[in-house]
Amino acid sequence: MIRNITIGQFFPTNSVIHRLDPRIKIIITFMFIVSLFFITSFYPYLLILIFLILTIKLSKVPFIYVLKGLKPLLLIIIITFLINIFMTKGEVILSIGPLNIAREGIRQAVFMALRLIFLVMGTSLLTLTTSPISLTDGIEKLLSPLKKIGVPAHEIAMMMTIALRFIPTLLEETDKIMKAQMARGADFESGNIINRAKNLVPLLVPLFINAFRRADELAVAMEARCYRGGENRTRMRELKLGRNDIIAISFSIIFFVFIASTRYINIRGLI
Amino acid sequence: MIIKIENLSYVYSPNTPFEIKALDNVSLTINEGEFIGLIGHTGSGKSTLVQHLNGLIKPTSGRVVVDGIDTSGDRADLLKVRQKVGLVFQYPEHQLFEETVYKDIAFGPKNLGLKEEEINLRVKKAMEAVGLDYDKLKDRSPFELSGGQKRRVAIAGVLAMNPKVLILDEPTAGLDPRGRDEILTGLKRLYDEENITIILVSHSMEEVARFVNRIIVMHKGKIAMDGSTKEVFKEQQKLEELGLGIPQITQFMRKYRIKGNDVDDTVITVEEAKRELINYLRRKEND
Amino acid sequence: MSDEMIRIENVSYEYDSYGDNKALIAVDNVSMTVNKGEYLVILGHNGSGKSTLAKLINGLLIPTRGDVFVNGINTKDADRIWEIREIAGMVFQNPDNQLVATIVEEDVAFGPENLGVPPEEIRRRVDKALEIVEMTEYKKHAPHLLSGGQKQRVAIAGILAMKPECIILDEPTAMLDPIGRKEIMKTLRRLNDEEKKTIIHITHHMDEAVEADRIIVMEKGKIVMEGSPREIFSQVEKIKKLGLDVPQVTELAYELNKEGFNVPCNILTIEELVDAL
Repeated sequence: MIRNITIGQFFPTNSVIHRLDPRIKIIITFMFIVSLFFITSFYPYLLILIFLILTIKLSKVPFIYVLKGLKPLLLIIIITFLINIFMTKGEVILSIGPLNIAREGIRQAVFMALRLIFLVMGTSLLTLTTSPISLTDGIEKLLSPLKKIGVPAHEIAMMMTIALRFIPTLLEETDKIMKAQMARGADFESGNIINRAKNLVPLLVPLFINAFRRADELAVAMEARCYRGGENRTRMRELKLGRNDIIAISFSIIFFVFIASTRYINIRGLI
Repeated sequence: MIIKIENLSYVYSPNTPFEIKALDNVSLTINEGEFIGLIGHTGSGKSTLVQHLNGLIKPTSGRVVVDGIDTSGDRADLLKVRQKVGLVFQYPEHQLFEETVYKDIAFGPKNLGLKEEEINLRVKKAMEAVGLDYDKLKDRSPFELSGGQKRRVAIAGVLAMNPKVLILDEPTAGLDPRGRDEILTGLKRLYDEENITIILVSHSMEEVARFVNRIIVMHKGKIAMDGSTKEVFKEQQKLEELGLGIPQITQFMRKYRIKGNDVDDTVITVEEAKRELINYLRRKEND
Repeated sequence: MSDEMIRIENVSYEYDSYGDNKALIAVDNVSMTVNKGEYLVILGHNGSGKSTLAKLINGLLIPTRGDVFVNGINTKDADRIWEIREIAGMVFQNPDNQLVATIVEEDVAFGPENLGVPPEEIRRRVDKALEIVEMTEYKKHAPHLLSGGQKQRVAIAGILAMKPECIILDEPTAMLDPIGRKEIMKTLRRLNDEEKKTIIHITHHMDEAVEADRIIVMEKGKIVMEGSPREIFSQVEKIKKLGLDVPQVTELAYELNKEGFNVPCNILTIEELVDAL
């Protein structure tokens, strides 16, 4: 059923990784992504892979779930791979018609593909181990120092929460309206692109009207529950850093600084 | 026979942790000219069943045949099936989208590829059938009508397809008693005058008792009971075990009979009860 | 402190006019009071002004004319509007469109969080509120996977966590199935009996009105009937003219009475009618 789609694919188990403070996890993921762009040789990738495997083991998320995150991006990964393999100039080792494959091309292609794969795995690990609500909490807290320069941290978090809350409802509604119009002979599946777009009108108009009606009712309900922005608001759950959080962040800082530094230090030379 | 359902099963999200068997080997025949009440509580499989009847959902196993056409056929077949079996969803007013009432009701007939005059005729007839004033309302925006009127526009939109079978999923949900009665008496008139088969999905025993002549009770994806209205309401205990009930008036007649009064306790409407009691009380006075 | 929870004095409310339509008078010179601890049902068909009246009571709307007092505070007093909403909480018809968070307990916490209640106190209130509506076992669930009745109970818990003295419910059962309706009725009974909350329940379901201490019937923005359920329902003719229903046994008793049988008109339950005959 459509309602079972979970956004952000949170995988609820109780692991060390799940229990980490969301702020810590967001920062680590951020460092992870940045460090990927510093990598210029294959050895650091090996370290990254070991890091990922260990984290996945600790998180108790089945390996297959992490790989599933790659599925929607498979096409992009393949295209990146192909562009790099054919477009990089260098010592030609194979020619297929007008296309030349260079040694550097193979290296570059594998390199870019790995970077993308690790990027996706790392970020899905964050969403798999952090519930949407703690993710929003984390983002709100991390952004709150920026309030002083006018970043609406609370509002951003509130919008994310409401979006997450209503996505399943709207999906269900889409399904229902589609069926209702199909019952009146509407066709959402055949025809060329222009016709298909036109055929979406009977779906999109009611969907928008209903969304606005919902938004209106929700606003009134929130007002009735004394919502008046982030000012003077308290939270039931307060984020507190624990021992594990300190360990995780300390380790990560050392690890990722090392990974990034491989760009400037020749490790191969050291070995 | 107009709809035949053979060993129909349906599973939502098969092979996932969310797997739910919504229909479990259901076999059923719906005959022309019946007014059926489909009851059962939320999650009993009613909605899944009715969506099979016009091919919106394809069976996991088994088959559904509407007037000789299998609903798992191609698009041409499906359009025929959807023309024969009209389905009005719950809160149908939430599916209105056109600028005018006329255009919205004409959406279905247009999809059937009908000519303009025929469409015009059908819109007019459909509006009359649900008690909406054609001249006054056809050019109004459906969104500025009252809740009850909007719902009737939506029902007219399905009626304009000229279906042989009309299925309504809780058409009175959320309406006040007046709005509810307008819809129900409209349906009754349609049934009496137009030779149409109606399936009414409802939670209200009182509503069902007043209008339908056959009741199908669903429970956990299976048909739990199936029979004439009176037959089904005789089985108070079984209905209560299924979390349903019987009309208050029938409950009263049964209690009254148990107290030693020789009245017919199979009556299911207030009018019937009134007649029965008047006769009984007069007899008693004369003795 | 007086016994009056709500006092409405000569209140009218007009919606702004659209285009060349005249202003729509939704509530027309209404005066009434609601006592502390009372279970009041407001009946009326759609468009009778009953929902507008509800919104006037907790300050979501401000009267065009007249005054509304909640526990002695005038809803026109803009500085105290949040105080009013804390005292008189409101539950709406569509359970989907009033839940904010993606987890049940987070949603219940939303109100007290807005009030700036300290975290440990919020935790206590949330647990208690979920216990009262019997939803404790679902506290970690996502709202969209709950049934209608369960969602509506979460919405009630969300209001309870704000510790209101009075709860206004605007057709809370209109979108629910019979099981959901029963759950809500049971919850309301409990809120009134055990938690001593003043209940203002707006509905068009007659069987729900039978539970009330007092019923007010509205039509065209005015109060047209007022009294105990028995007093109201014995006037079958008038109720039907207003586009409302009476219980089937009440109707039968009324019909028999009209035919000249010696049956009282103020029958509410099956047992009463059996005894009367």
